[in-house]
Amino acid sequence: MEWRWDWVWELAPRFVDATGKTLIAAGGGYTIAIILGLVFVLAQRTPLLPVTLVVREFVELIRSTPLLLQIFFVYYVGPQFGLTLSPWTAGLIAIGVHYGAYLSEVYRGGIESVPKGQWEAAKAINLPIVTTYRRIVIPQALPPAVAGMGNYLVGIFKDTPMLSVIGVAELMHTATAVGAESYRYLEPYTMVGAIFLAVSLPSAFAINVFEKWVRRTLGMTK
Amino acid sequence: MTENMESYPLSLEGDGIPMVRFQNVTKRYGSLVVLNQLDIDVSAGEMVTIIGPSGSGKTTVLRMLMTLETIDDGVIYVEGEPLTHMERNGRLVPASSAHLRRMRSKIGMCFQHFNLFPHMTALGNCMEGPVQVLGLSRKEAEERSLELLDMVGMIEKRDQHPSRLSGGQQQRVAIARALAMRPKVMLFDEVTSALDPEVISEVTSVIKHLVDTHNLTMLMVTHQMGFAKEISDRVCFFFDGAIEEQGAPTKLFENPERERTQQFLNAVLHAN
Repeated sequence: MEWRWDWVWELAPRFVDATGKTLIAAGGGYTIAIILGLVFVLAQRTPLLPVTLVVREFVELIRSTPLLLQIFFVYYVGPQFGLTLSPWTAGLIAIGVHYGAYLSEVYRGGIESVPKGQWEAAKAINLPIVTTYRRIVIPQALPPAVAGMGNYLVGIFKDTPMLSVIGVAELMHTATAVGAESYRYLEPYTMVGAIFLAVSLPSAFAINVFEKWVRRTLGMTK
Repeated sequence: MTENMESYPLSLEGDGIPMVRFQNVTKRYGSLVVLNQLDIDVSAGEMVTIIGPSGSGKTTVLRMLMTLETIDDGVIYVEGEPLTHMERNGRLVPASSAHLRRMRSKIGMCFQHFNLFPHMTALGNCMEGPVQVLGLSRKEAEERSLELLDMVGMIEKRDQHPSRLSGGQQQRVAIARALAMRPKVMLFDEVTSALDPEVISEVTSVIKHLVDTHNLTMLMVTHQMGFAKEISDRVCFFFDGAIEEQGAPTKLFENPERERTQQFLNAVLHAN
């Protein structure tokens, strides 16, 4: 079996399209996860004990079960409770909630890294709690959290192939379809690997640069 | 809160009410009693220094007044109004967060470790409260902050972040930040303890200037006995969560009556 460049070029448009969809899935899922993660972490810090407990257990549940199961749950179990979703919507929800749970732990680490004295100083100048989070705590929690957030951005991107199992036409789904049509799997799967590598490596580098930029912008370098 | 609140007045009335009153205040951490039925009055404009061995509850006094700690028994009054409590249907109940926020605006505090906001410049640190809490325009807040930074001798460092400042410089900015909120009571919690010996005077001279020029009520916890003697109107020696002895600085430092005070002062003077 030899490598066929001509076929690679022939497949290229389909893969460009699928790459776009993969990036949309990862980006959309990540956006949901960033917001949900914040909701999860703040809910766990409210003085309302029942809210704290329920959210903490939910986050623990999500982190302790496979993403694939969660995707199946939203897509296949949902309709039995009257919640019928398209593969895209179900996929984005599942991946967003899954990574939201992980990001909430990253945020928690960041928030806990802010010294107690900062909270007290904010209280001593009478800042309301929301302003304290917005102006004092989150800006300081961000730099230590950026590295972890970046890792999960690459992680969510690499997990998008799982959406292929419910029919989201991302890269993996496209490669499998191409393989099934032609009985040639070498080129499509190799292309998937190459594309993932081509996106992941520069992303990791960009995250590193971004982290340094955040620290510098917030004046937190020595 | 187990005791009968009816023995406490809803507010203090009449002439010469104290700026701050602790009435029968007790603070416990579990079974450890940090402050035991403390009574103390601080008059408007008075500078009161609290000294004593570590673990005697000195810092807790300031932290309760700043509402950083709750109290277990008793009532604290500021300007005759209860701080830790509020009136509801003719009796005192524990303060709501809105009441605490209103009362807290009368009080400012400087900390041992400065606690400046590291992501803001010296000027930004001072402007934060006036803009976010008092609702001043940025221009007004900047004017007020620059005036205070000038007073503490930090105007040239206004655009520096705390990581670029020495401990003494950070503490002076922290004083300006607290003053920018125009508090009536200023609390200084071991503000020189984390400083190198050669920069301590930068901070003490600012506090001395405040005492000389402002009519602020101040409570200060310090280990600088010479400084305490120089600027205080009254010195309180704390031991085991209670005031063991208090009086004018010359009296307390030169002629202490209680044995524990004498032992403590001897130990401190030997250490120095």
